[in-house]
This record gives sequence, C-alpha cells and structure tokens, in this order.
Amino acid sequence: MATDALPAASRATPLADERGLVASLWFRVGPIATVLALLLVVWYAGAIWLNAPQVIERVLSSQPGWTFTDLARLTLSMDRPVLPAPHQIALDLYDSMVNWPLDSPRNLLFHAAVTSSATLLGFAMGTVLGAVLAVLIVHSRTLDRSLFPWIIASQTVPVLAIAPIIIVILGSMGMTGTFPKAIISMYLCFFPVAVAMVKGLRSPGVLELELLYTYAASKSATFWKLRVPASLPFLFPALRVGIAAGLVGAIVGELPTGAQAGLGARLLTGSYYGNTVQIWSALVMSALLGLALTGCVALAERLLTRKGRR
Amino acid sequence: MKRPPLLATLALLLLAAALFVDWRGSFWCFLAGLALLAVSSVRYLAAQDADGPLARYGTPLLFGVWLLVFWELLTKVFEVPRVLLPAPSVIWQSFAAGYGVLAGDFVQTVLHSVLIGLAAGSGLGFVVGVLIDRSPFLQRGLLPLAALASAVPLVGIAPIMVMWFGFDWHSKAAVVVVMTFFPMLVNTLAGLQESGHMERDLMRSYGASYWRTLWSLRIPVAMPFVFNALKINSTLALIGAIVAEFFGSPTEGLGFRISTEAARLNMGLVWAAIGVAALTGSVLYALLAFIERRATFWHPSIRTT
Repeated sequence: MATDALPAASRATPLADERGLVASLWFRVGPIATVLALLLVVWYAGAIWLNAPQVIERVLSSQPGWTFTDLARLTLSMDRPVLPAPHQIALDLYDSMVNWPLDSPRNLLFHAAVTSSATLLGFAMGTVLGAVLAVLIVHSRTLDRSLFPWIIASQTVPVLAIAPIIIVILGSMGMTGTFPKAIISMYLCFFPVAVAMVKGLRSPGVLELELLYTYAASKSATFWKLRVPASLPFLFPALRVGIAAGLVGAIVGELPTGAQAGLGARLLTGSYYGNTVQIWSALVMSALLGLALTGCVALAERLLTRKGRR
Repeated sequence: MKRPPLLATLALLLLAAALFVDWRGSFWCFLAGLALLAVSSVRYLAAQDADGPLARYGTPLLFGVWLLVFWELLTKVFEVPRVLLPAPSVIWQSFAAGYGVLAGDFVQTVLHSVLIGLAAGSGLGFVVGVLIDRSPFLQRGLLPLAALASAVPLVGIAPIMVMWFGFDWHSKAAVVVVMTFFPMLVNTLAGLQESGHMERDLMRSYGASYWRTLWSLRIPVAMPFVFNALKINSTLALIGAIVAEFFGSPTEGLGFRISTEAARLNMGLVWAAIGVAALTGSVLYALLAFIERRATFWHPSIRTT
C-alpha cells in the first residue's frame, strides 16, 4: 500500500512554489506515512501480544529465564501464528511470486490472474447490461416506472447470498470455471452502472435539449452527441464502484465451488488448514488486485474524459 | 370519445379465444394474451400522470406481481428442474415447512451478527470521525486509507475473524464492524464539514463552546450524511455476515443454510433463505429511510416532497 504515496506526491508539485518542495511533500505524504507507521507499530505489538500465549506455552515454559527479546523473536517467526507479522506476509508474497513458475498453484499471481479474469469478464458483461438497461429506462416511461424501482430495491438485497445458487445452477448446466463467477461479478457490477447511467443520460438540462431541438437534431444525434457525453462523469465513478464490487463477487464466487484456483479458493484452503500466513498473503494480494483494477478504471477515466478528475 | 387501448383489446380477444375455442395452440394463445394483458396494464398504470401513490407504488407492484405469475406459469408448464429454478409456490411451501429453521437462522444472522456488528461498526466510525475532525493531520492521513479500503475486498478478512473469534456470531459481527467502519468514517467527516461559515460564525458570536457548536449545529447538519452511510452499511452488514458464515459457523444462520442446502440441492429452502435475507435488507433500508425522514425533517430534499 505504501507505493500509493507516489502518485500523491507527484500531484503535489503545484504547491511546491508556495511552500518549498520538501514542505509540500511532507504536507501530502507525511500524514499517510505517519498513520501507516503507526499501523505497523500496532501490528507488530499485536502480533507479539496475540502470539505470546502459544509461544510461552510451547517453548518458553520449558526454559526458565527467558527475556522479552526471546519472546519477540519467537512470536514474530512462528509457523502458524494467530497474527502473522507484516514481514512474514511480505516474505510469503515475495517467495510465491519469485520462487515458483507463473502457472504453479503456489504462485499467488496465478490465483490473482484466475480471479481477475472472472472479474473483468463479469465487469464487461455487467457494464454492457447496465448501460442497455439505462438506455431502455431513459427512453421508456413504462420501464422507468415499473423496472427502475426494482433495480433500486434490489440494491438493498444481499446479492452475494445467491452466489452459491448461481454456481450450482450453472454447474448443473455443465458450466464451470470462469463463467459462473463472472455471472456473479456481472450481477454486482450492473446495479451501480445502471443507476448512474440513468442519472447521467438524464443530466442534460432543458437548455441543452432545446438547443439541439433548434438544430433539428434527430433523436439518435441527441443521444450520441449530448446524452452519452453528459453521462460519462456519472459513469466512471460507478465503474470504479462496479469493478471493486465485481472483485468481491468473483472472490465470493470461488468459495462454495470447491474451486482449486483463485484468491477466494486460496482464502478457503488457508482457513481449512489453519495456515494463517497463506490467508493473509491472499488477502493482501486481493487488496493489491482491487487497487490495481480501480486504478485502471481511474486511468481510463483520465484518458477518456481528458481533463480527468476535478 | 376515448379510443379503447389496442393492446388490451387484443389481449382480451386472445384470452377469449384460448378459453372458448379448443385447439392445439390454445395454450400459446392464452400465454400471448396474458403477456399482452400484463404489458398493457403496466403501461396503463405507468402512463398515469399523477404522482399519487397509485402510479408511484402501484406500477412497480403490478410489475412484480406479473413477474411472479409468469415465473410460476413458465416453470410449471415447461417443467423446469427444481435445481435450476423452483416455482414461487414451491419456494413458499419450503418456507412454510422450514419456518422454524429459518426463524432460528434469522435470529442467529440478523439479530446477532448484523445488528450488533452494524451498531458497533457504525458507532465506532462516527465516534472516530467526530474525534479526528479536530485534527487535519490525522484526516489527511486516514481519508486516503479509507478511500483505499473501499477498493479492497474487505470481506476477505472473514476467515481470519472466524479463526480469532470462533464459529459463533462474534466473528461475523467482527467482519461487519470492519466492513461498516470506513463508509461511516468518511461520511461523518464529510458531514461535519458541511455546516457553512455563516452558521459557524453565528455560533461563535453566541459564545458557544466547541462541544456546544458540535452538538447543536454540526452533528445535526451531518445527519443526512450519517444516514446515507447507515443505508450503505445495512446492505454491507448483511453481505458480510452471510459471507462470513461460508467460512464456518454453528449449525444455524442464513449463510450456513444457503451453502449447506445448496450443496444438498434442496433449492426450495435455499431460495426461501434468500427471500428472508432480501426481505430483511429491504425492511432494514425502509426503516432507516423512515427514521431519516423523521430525524432530518428540515433538510431540503425531504421538505419539498
């Protein structure tokens, strides 16, 4: 997560001439770095504190006269700690990425690729579905009044609860692998996209619509030249929400299937065998994947809307 | 004179043909007639200009009823395997038969994991938000991290929490606390910034203390944001509690029911459990919306409607 301090720092340059480079860097990065450092300290302290009972019971009780250094050394290097120390997780991540080939199930990048392919497929399908629904709703009063309230209401439903069903249903139809997981991702992606697109396609005001009317613009020209560009600022935040939700969907979709590959399967096997370091490194990997995916969407937003955010 | 609607007339004609003329295609005739009737009735309601309760609530309600009718009809007629999609009547039967079991699941998942986790997580987020509101340094440090947390699949901490706090509801509530903390923190901070300079200066000229200003001005102004976060959190809490049960739970709970019965292909009960979860989510949301209207009656978005 610390790498995210870099773009924040490069954005700080406009302030540089007012405060001096170092001061402006500190203004941006300092608070985040402080909080992260505090988090690390609390984490190490927590690791020692939580792992201490086991270490004392198993090892130290047999050798009297042990000191705090012994305790710290042993608690931070346990095989199956209650709370692994950050460096253990980092080492495990590094080990899995460097020491194993890319197609080995020991390599976390392999699992990340499996999960992200399901996420991206579902994200693409969900975005298309959401956009089509939004266009239909904007152009049909009947659908607006009958279907749109249900789309809103379905946001209050814990969609992920039906993940196991979708897996079972599609599995009984002979579909396994990426596609069922992508369906769950799609189901989570399309809500934010549909709602935001409806809002965005409706955002042009009376003034703009009447101007195009005086140009004798056709309905499709109004749609492509006014409504679609006007909806983009609404679309991209929804896409960022959507792809994050889609990743959660893909990970949860890997839980009930007994899937062999994917970050969700990694979490599940880790929890079966009590391998905490494996759970944590899968968790960190999925966090990094989430940041990478939303980062890609943010990048696309910057490129497509030219001026970017703000 | 008003023209009789074309679609409705055609629908009635087709229905009459299906009922009174006995031929091979009469079922398809019936189905087409019913479909046309559904479309025309929904269109009729949607075309009502009045923003009265009939058009606002009646249209989606009617749409839902027709959806149920066709779901029942099509699954029965085409004999869709129950594993794929049970008919609503089958789901209702399993609900009635498994009522006691589902009630136990409801108590375990909703009353324990969701409500306690939601209250603790949102409360913690609110308190931390109020406390770090005084420190711009901590805000600049915590807000980017909170924004990052929204891109991270936080539900993945479920196996760790199950390992730490055991199989019972405590571990699920812990997952819910972590998932609901950040949205509430971000929204509380945004809401506390919402009061204008004019109002703050007025409080200053009254000689109001920091805490008095906070209590009488800034927290009430922040309420719409807080309720927004609570609404987001109510859905997140249900998701968190249900998914956490996939990682291990006592032998009750909605998530446990869904995953075990899905493995046994007892889809009626699975859909019934999903129905309970969906209904719970909607009721929780509606309840929060109702309290919000009462608590923030002064807000323009509520005043005008």
